[in-house]
Order: sequence, then structure tokens, then C-alpha cells
Amino acid sequence: MEFFRKKTTYPFMATRKVWYVVSAVIILGSLVALGTRGINFGVDFTGGVVLELNFPQAADLEKVRGSLEKAGYGGAAVQSFGTARDVLVRLLPEKGADTNELGRAVLAAIQADNPGVELRRTEVVGGQVGSELAEKGALAVLFTFILILIYVALRFQWKLGVGAIAAALHDPIAILGFFAVTQMTFDLPALAAILAVIGYSLNDTVVVFDRIRERFLSMRKGTSEQVIDASINETLSRTIMTSFTTMLTVLALLFFGGEILRGFSTALTVGIVVGTYSSIYVASALALDLKLSARDLLPVQKDQDTVDDMP
Amino acid sequence: MHTYPAWKIWLVAIVLVIALLLALPNVFGEAPALQLSRNDRTAATEAGREQVVALLQSKGVAVENSYLEADRMVLRFDDVNARLKARDVVQEGVGREYLVALSDVPRTPGWMRAIGLKPMSLGLDLRGGVYFMYEVDVQGAVKQLLAGMERDYRMLLRQERIPFAGISNNGQDSVKIALRSGDDAERAAAALRKQDPNSTIDTDTLGEGGSVTVTLNPAQVKERQDFAIQQNITTLRNRVDELGVTEPIVARQGVDRIVVQLPGVQDPNEALRVLGATATLEFRLVDDQNDAMQAEQTKRAPLGSKLYHDRQGRPVLLKREMIVSGEQLTDASSGFQQGEPAVYVKLDARGASNMLETTRQNLGRPMAVVFIEKKRVKEDQPCSGTRAGNECTTEEVISVATIRGVFGSNFQITGVMANEARELALLLRAGSLAAPLYIVEQRTVGPSLGQDNIERGVNALLIGLAVTFIFMAVYYQAFGMIANVVLLTNVVLLAALLSMLQASLSLPGIAGIVLTVGMAVDANILIFERIREELRNGVSPHAAIGAGFEKAFSAIADSNITTLIAGIVLFTFGTGPVRGFAVVLSLGIVTSMFTALVGSRALIHLIWGRQRKLERLSIGMGY
Repeated sequence: MEFFRKKTTYPFMATRKVWYVVSAVIILGSLVALGTRGINFGVDFTGGVVLELNFPQAADLEKVRGSLEKAGYGGAAVQSFGTARDVLVRLLPEKGADTNELGRAVLAAIQADNPGVELRRTEVVGGQVGSELAEKGALAVLFTFILILIYVALRFQWKLGVGAIAAALHDPIAILGFFAVTQMTFDLPALAAILAVIGYSLNDTVVVFDRIRERFLSMRKGTSEQVIDASINETLSRTIMTSFTTMLTVLALLFFGGEILRGFSTALTVGIVVGTYSSIYVASALALDLKLSARDLLPVQKDQDTVDDMP
Repeated sequence: MHTYPAWKIWLVAIVLVIALLLALPNVFGEAPALQLSRNDRTAATEAGREQVVALLQSKGVAVENSYLEADRMVLRFDDVNARLKARDVVQEGVGREYLVALSDVPRTPGWMRAIGLKPMSLGLDLRGGVYFMYEVDVQGAVKQLLAGMERDYRMLLRQERIPFAGISNNGQDSVKIALRSGDDAERAAAALRKQDPNSTIDTDTLGEGGSVTVTLNPAQVKERQDFAIQQNITTLRNRVDELGVTEPIVARQGVDRIVVQLPGVQDPNEALRVLGATATLEFRLVDDQNDAMQAEQTKRAPLGSKLYHDRQGRPVLLKREMIVSGEQLTDASSGFQQGEPAVYVKLDARGASNMLETTRQNLGRPMAVVFIEKKRVKEDQPCSGTRAGNECTTEEVISVATIRGVFGSNFQITGVMANEARELALLLRAGSLAAPLYIVEQRTVGPSLGQDNIERGVNALLIGLAVTFIFMAVYYQAFGMIANVVLLTNVVLLAALLSMLQASLSLPGIAGIVLTVGMAVDANILIFERIREELRNGVSPHAAIGAGFEKAFSAIADSNITTLIAGIVLFTFGTGPVRGFAVVLSLGIVTSMFTALVGSRALIHLIWGRQRKLERLSIGMGY
């Protein structure tokens, strides 16, 4: 079976201006959503209390809210979690409250009105720890970028490095934008997924770049645009295949991995789509517009040759 | 003909055999078990094991298997009911000798255990359990040190007969002694220098009377802080041991944090009661000259005494002067003294000399043990004890016993019930905490959720594997099947590495394995697409295989290294489950590169390499 029986010759680069606009819309839209709606951070980052409860029969969310309000926890968010019998209660830390006591009190309030409730999971995160985790997460993203930029610049060339980083920046912003628009809970595993997406998206980009490097050396007569188009076309089958198989497994996680992995698998699903797109339309296109040419990728010995040729 | 060095084929074969062996323990599953550790903290013996097994058999409880492991005795049972029955039998029969803990242990055969093969260790989110993160108040530790210095200096100055106006500390790093004359200041400084040669001692003879300031140098402060954390870790470890949890983790994290993980514990409050008691003990004389009830009614304690309450809430008057504080205790155990339950206590040198002096002068009088619990509360929260800032201190008298003789470093406390003696010894032995601890993070996962998480993770993995298998087989035909064999090998290799490293596998870790499955075929896809390209360009099948592997190599290496960078950063910055994900992701990249580049090539060589005439390759091309 082949998706592309013949060699494809899609003129990817010719339409790049259109895709720049698309990328700009994605980025701006994400930034606007981030600015206006913000991200619904999980307790990992905000601090607070999460209780996952399992009811003997379908849970009456209103009743749970009622018991919480009665006990003075009107600010608690109550939502069903996966099945109708599973309920998630989330409380942000109130100023000056001991989060450990809070968790115990909330559980007691619910159990008083709903006997038979099973406590499946609790998470109590102090505000201090939450902001530290957020800080560490941001640092991790930053370090990943710096190290990968160095690597790509060393292995390839700075113009490609800039393209790769632009693409890699594009993806997490789009994922965060998605979380801002949908208001899905963004937790620690989702952050881990973002870092994995950065790695994955670069993986795609690097495969295309590897071919561009090879092609610049073998297609001496072609223009930069032709070379890049040829490279993308030649790796297109692989790009789509790999994205497809990865997507299959990530969808398995999304549908069968349960609620705890929901943020993680959602971030990956979005990331694979935008990552595949960005490696073609952001990374390569940007390198082309930075006037990437064969000269940038020729072996370094060239300089020594000219020195030797001098009289 | 296409050639491939034989040693690489052997390498693949050997790696595969080792990996299968390492991954094998994972297929046996778990059995309900009891773990018995000796109360006196010595290692369990073979004779003891035989005795317990014989005891169980005499009561009709079948032990499926039993062995010694890490100083503990492990008894395996066929089902949960047998285990419950066994627990009752053991507790009734040898409960005094052993601490009994329920746990699930791997059902691996003895020979595997003997050569150290273990299944993957599961994280708390898969096994159920409690996770706490404590923050150590290191500044509090320094304050304790300064308070101790104040006490010592008072004693020293009295011994040297130097009159002083007052001693105070700045709560940071120095103790200031106010004296009555410049001359006294000089003498005090000289005496202090002799006692504390390492501290910086400044003498100020100007002003009224003069003063001496002892300042700790930064190294001393840091040493004290490290010591406080280390001692807290030891204390927490001891307390965890007393809980009878199997495979607990108590570890330092960062500068001033301690992480405690208790697999299998279902009630965090029970664990917190034992662990979270940021408690110290004090020994004080009972004020038996005055009426405690009267003091209770008037809410006023007589001069030199302080009103306490015991566990039943009854008032007790104790002398203000402390004999020994908790940090001077070095060991404690419970036992019997002339048929009466007793707690044996051991003190350090300073505590011993105080105790000797006190007991000599107070024979026959009652002495009390005060249990002091410190908890951090916020302004608007109630505190049943006394409040200082946001620290709530509750003090209760846990035992009052009569001083029966003069003693120093070793003595026993009697007048308690047998079970109380055990509890008291436990509390004393578990030690005092050198600095206050605060919980900053707490996570609990119920056992049913853990089981669900395993099922979900395994389901996602199997489904992910199945769809990838089908897709690869349809798209690349025979080569796709090779990719599938390689993929399966990759999962086995990953399981082998995780079992060997004993890194705890969490739900995000399983997600990492699933993701690796999707990404691991990438290397094969790169190779196969290259082979197809070569074939389209009219290259012969054998040459196409060789060229495909060669030309795909740089793309595979470069693309995997970028993901590896992300994995390593994630490992460096991440904690807990995220770290587990990073480990799996990074290992998965390494194993998938090996299996795709070396493994699949070896397999292709074995199948097609020796065919002299190869017309076409079954790689899913339509011609």
C-alpha cells in the first residue's frame, strides 16, 4: 500500500505566504485567548485541594454542591469525572487556610450527606509548591529551547536553527491556546506533553532539514525553493506515516487512558497536528525566507581549499 | 547478496535473551502477602520463618510460599482471605515479636529472586498509597541551636561565677550576653572561647556594663540546617518503619524538602498522625505540693509550676524547669521490669547528667513525660493549645511515673499499661524532630483507582500496539511485519530496562511507553521509505536495503537526539510522575534506535540477505 504512488511535486513553498497568515492567525488567536480567557491551571500549579470521589450510584452534583455550600465551601468546583458516578471536587486555596485541614473538612461535609462515598484520590498542593512547579515548568521549556537551538545550529546551520525554533515555539503556543479556548484543566502531565511535543515537532523538522541538506548538495542547479520543495515532497510520505502511527497510539491514550491522562493526551493530540504542519510551513518556509542557500550548507573544508589555492 | 557482520546478529540475539530474562519477572503478577519484621529490629531468621510457617499450618492456614528478604520475612498466600486469617493467627501467636504488614508481593519464582530479578516497581498512582512532601523549617533548627547555646552559656557563666544581666539571641545567628562590667565581659569572653573555639566572639566593653556576642559562622549555620534535615529524615524513616509499610520512600528533595511515599497506605490521616506529629518530648518533675484541680479552677498555676493536662483532660501541675528535652534521647525500647510493663530510655551525656542530678534529689517523687506537638496554623484557625504567631503548640502529659532510683543515661519509666509502654517507646524511639516540619503537598490514591489506572494504561498500550501492528502490516507488508517484531522487541527491551533500573512506573510512565510505541516505528518508517525511494530510482533490492539503512541514519540520529534533549530536560526539572515519563521517553528513544538500526537490519538480513536473486521486496509497493 502506498499513499503516494508517484513522486509528489506539491509546490509547498509557493503558497507559503498564505500559510504564514494561517500561522499568524493561530499564534495571535492563541495569544488573545491566553490573554482574555487565560489557562485553567490545575492544582499542580495553583495549589489547592482536589478530591476524586466515587459514588455508589450516579452522583447528584447539585446535592454535592449543596452539602459543600452548607459547610461553607461555596467556592468549590464540582464536576463529573469520566463516569456519572465519579465526581471531582476542586477548591482553590483560600488565603490563610491550611490546605490539609481543608481536604479533610470537605470530605467530611460530603460524606455526611452522601454515605457510601468512596474517596478515590486526593491532592493537596500548597500554594508555594504550586508556583514552584509552574516556575520549574517554565524553566524546563526555556532550557529545552536553548539546548535544541544550540544542537540544530551546530548540526545544521543557524538559519535552519531559527526555522526549527520558530516551529517549536509555534507548537506550544498553539497547544496553550487550545487549552485557553476549551478551558480544559492544564496540569503537570499536560506540561510534560508539551515538552514531548517540542521534541516530537523538532523530530519532524529535523528529518526535513536532513533531506534539505542532502538535496542542496545533490541538486546544485536547483533554486533554494525547488530544493526545499523537493525535500519536503520526498519526506512527505514518512512525515505523514509517522504522524499517523503516533496519532493512533495517542488517540488510544485519549480514549482509553482515563481522565487523569486527559490533559496529557489532549496536549499530545493537538501537538502532533500542529507539529506536523509547523515543520513544513513554519520551519522550512522561514529558512527559505532567511535566504538559505547551498552555500550555507556546503562542507566547511571549502574555506581551506581556497586558502590552498591562493598563490 | 547483501552482507551484514555476524557479530551484530549475535549482539542482537544476546541483548534479546538478556532483555527477555530481565523482563520475565513482570509476567507472574502479584500475590497477597504478609511481611513480618522483628520488633527488636534484628534480621528475621530461617528458624523464625519455620516457626511461623509451622504455627500457621497448625491453625490450618496454607502458606503458598515463604522466604526471607531484606531482614524481613515474607509469607505468600493464595488469596486475600487466607492472608487475613493468617494475619490474625500471626498477631495472636507471635505478635510481640513481629511487626506485621499487609502487602502484595510479586509471584516470581525463587531462582529469579535469588539472582536479583524483579518486576518493574509501580508508582503510587498505580499501586495506591500516600505521598507527602514536607518542608523543613531550617530557620527553626537554627533557633533551637541558639536557644541551646543560651542554656549552655547560662550554665557556664554560673559555673565560672560571672554575674550577667541577661542573655538573648537575635533569632538569626548570634547570642548576646549582657554583663555588669567590662571586666566581666572579658572574663566571659575568655570562658566562651574555651568552650566554643569555632564561633566568632565579639566583646563590647564600652557602654553600660559591656556585652559579649557569639556569632555562628555561615558554615556552622549550614551544618546545623543540614543536620536538622538529616535528622528529620531519620526520624521520619523510623516513624515510617513503625507504620509497617513495605517499600516506603523517605528522601530529601532540594534544599529543605523531604518526600515521603507510602505505598498501600489507604488512610492518610492515620499515617499523618504518626508522621505528622512534629513532636518533641520533655521530662519534668510533677509539682505535688500544690493542688492541680485548684489551679485548673482558678486558671492560675503556682509560682515555678505550669499547668498541663493529661490525655484524659485531667489537670497536672509540673515544675517549670525541664529535666531533659527530646533531643537528648538516644534510644528507647519497651519491656517488663519486675513483671510491670516499662519503657527503657537512653540519654546522651548532657541529658544523663541532668537526670542524675534530678533523680538523686527527688527519689520517690513523680516525674512526667510531656508530649509536645507543634503545628502550623493560619490566623483564622483555631488552636487548642497555645499560639505563638502562626505556630500552634499543644502539650499533653502522656505519662506520670514514680522515680524509683537514681539514674543517669539509662532508666525506665514504669506505671504504664503494656500497650502504652510499646506506644511510648515507639514515640521515643521514632525520635524528636530537629526542626519543625510542614506539609506542603499531599497526594492520596485509593487502591481501586490504582488498579483502574493500571488497566487503563495497559488497555491503551495494547490498543495502541494493535492498531500500529495492523497499519504497519498493511502498509509495508513483510517489512511492516519486521517493524512489528522490532516494535515488540522494543517494548520488551523497555520493560527489561525499567525492571533493571527499578525506576517507579507511574501512569504518565505508561503513557510514555504508549507514546514510544507510536514514535519507535518512526525509525523503521524512515528506513523503509528510503528503501522504497531507492527502488523507485531503479536500484536493485539488495542495494536498496543497504542504501536505505545508510541514508536514513543521519535523519534517525538527529531527530532522536532532539527528542532525547527534551527528555533529559524533563528529567532534570521534573518531579515524581513527570520524571517517570521522562525516563521512559528517553530510554524508549535509545532502545528504539537500537532495535530499528541494528535489530531490524539483522532480521532483514536473516530473511532476505542470503537470497542470491531477489527480484522484488515485499515492502508494500504497487509494482
